[in-house]
Amino acid sequence: MLFAILCYDSEAVVGTMSEEEDAALIGRLEAVQKKLAAEGRLGPVARLLPTSTAVTIRKGREAMVIDGPFAETKEQLLGFFIVDCKTLEQAIETAKELARASGAAGAYELRPLATFRSGGALQ
Amino acid sequence: METDWVGAAIAAARPRAVAALLRQFRDLDTAEEAFQEACLRAFRTWPRDGPPRDPTAWLIMVGRNAAIDDLRRRGRTRPLPAEELLSDLDDAETALAERLDSVDYRDDILRLLFVCCHPELPATQQIALALRIVSGLSVAEIARAFLVGEAAMEQRITRAKRRIAAARVPFEAPSAAERAKRLAAVAATIYLLFNEGYSASGGKTHLRLPLCEEAIRLARLLLQLYPAEPEIMGLTALCVLQHARASARLDADGGIVLLEDQDRGRWDAVAIAEGLALIDKAMRHARPGPYQVQAAIAALHARATKAADTDWAGIERLYATLERLRPSPVITLNRAVAVSKVAGPAAALALIEPLAEPLAGYFHFFGLKAALLQQLGRHAVARDAFNRALALAHTPAEAAHIRQQLDRLCVDGTSAIGGGGTE
Repeated sequence: MLFAILCYDSEAVVGTMSEEEDAALIGRLEAVQKKLAAEGRLGPVARLLPTSTAVTIRKGREAMVIDGPFAETKEQLLGFFIVDCKTLEQAIETAKELARASGAAGAYELRPLATFRSGGALQ
Repeated sequence: METDWVGAAIAAARPRAVAALLRQFRDLDTAEEAFQEACLRAFRTWPRDGPPRDPTAWLIMVGRNAAIDDLRRRGRTRPLPAEELLSDLDDAETALAERLDSVDYRDDILRLLFVCCHPELPATQQIALALRIVSGLSVAEIARAFLVGEAAMEQRITRAKRRIAAARVPFEAPSAAERAKRLAAVAATIYLLFNEGYSASGGKTHLRLPLCEEAIRLARLLLQLYPAEPEIMGLTALCVLQHARASARLDADGGIVLLEDQDRGRWDAVAIAEGLALIDKAMRHARPGPYQVQAAIAALHARATKAADTDWAGIERLYATLERLRPSPVITLNRAVAVSKVAGPAAALALIEPLAEPLAGYFHFFGLKAALLQQLGRHAVARDAFNRALALAHTPAEAAHIRQQLDRLCVDGTSAIGGGGTE
């Protein structure tokens, strides 16, 4: 069975870490990832850019674009897509296309990635 | 170290906590001392008891109580806080934590920033005060960054505080117009701080990266408070994009590497991704401003994977927009660099001719003029201009760069180097 492990922490605290502290933290996590990869258990890994770069697309008859991250507590994270886009504009268009196709309520939160590894181990 | 997390939590909480303490005590020194006291206690108790549920709320409560105790001891008459706030710290902390996200809180931090970036203060004092109070740098660290003695920096900060007290920034919730005014003043100081680090105005080192990093931290803080302000997105994007090139801007000997000669593989790809996302997001608002336009220019450079791919025509248009928004000979000079790429050195030279007088003491004017003349094969006049630039260099790196150009001019009379001093 596949699991997604979602990371939560205070952006303000992580944002005040020095480059060295951040590199040390990432290094410790990478050691674990290496082990998982060797066991063939590691899928994609991504780090997101700060929430200040986020845009939210609320689904609806006419999709609405809002600055900022998703902030509704009455809806839950159900899944995600990773898409390659040249600009934020293209990413918004892509999300709108998905919104039209889904026809359901809810929202898509767009978060540009800081780093991405596809991790080919999983089929 | 084991207490690293305490330091990180305190650093993250600092602007919010000091801002709240400033509102309560209406005096910068008292707020600062209260916060220091709370930090001391945090270092004593957090490693033992673990982190509080909300570190910011904890620091505000403890700082507030410590300051009240202190005022009481000194026999000052001050209104005391409600008894339940003093007796049951835990409940009060929870209550406070719940209020932290309110608009009041945002006004608190903006007020703190505005107090430090007050337009009545000279720029150097604004920057020093913001670094001391908001970023929490020590006087010694700030003194080092500005290459002045510690005593002189201490005096600068004390003087700034005195002027602030005299300026009497009101503590009521600001009107929308007042809020916009404060936001603009704070943004301007952050911009100055960034530039001071990006291109040092004096001293031995050409870049002072810690100043850039502090500026980025403050810009991000402001953006957190005002996540839908396109100019604040633009300011943050601008700082992040410029800073992304930091490690490629100097060679191993500390010499300047021009933008077109930089190893673009050494640019910080993560920072560029962040900056591009922010500027894209800002431009959707269709409310352009000087920071956004400058960020858009930086973005066009960042998007070019090779120097030859640079969209100079786009950059030229953006500089023309910037000239309209904020007319200045320095901006025209920058546009001339783009013009030289699009229309050739003669057109650029014609554009900067009228700038000779307003920019008579400006290093980059003579640097660009010399480079353009050189491209046109007018070597004698180019040499004169390079010599003028040399006399106006602010840092050894700038001087060394010009000397290098002069050497090249002597050896290889026909070499066509790129225009201007863009790094």
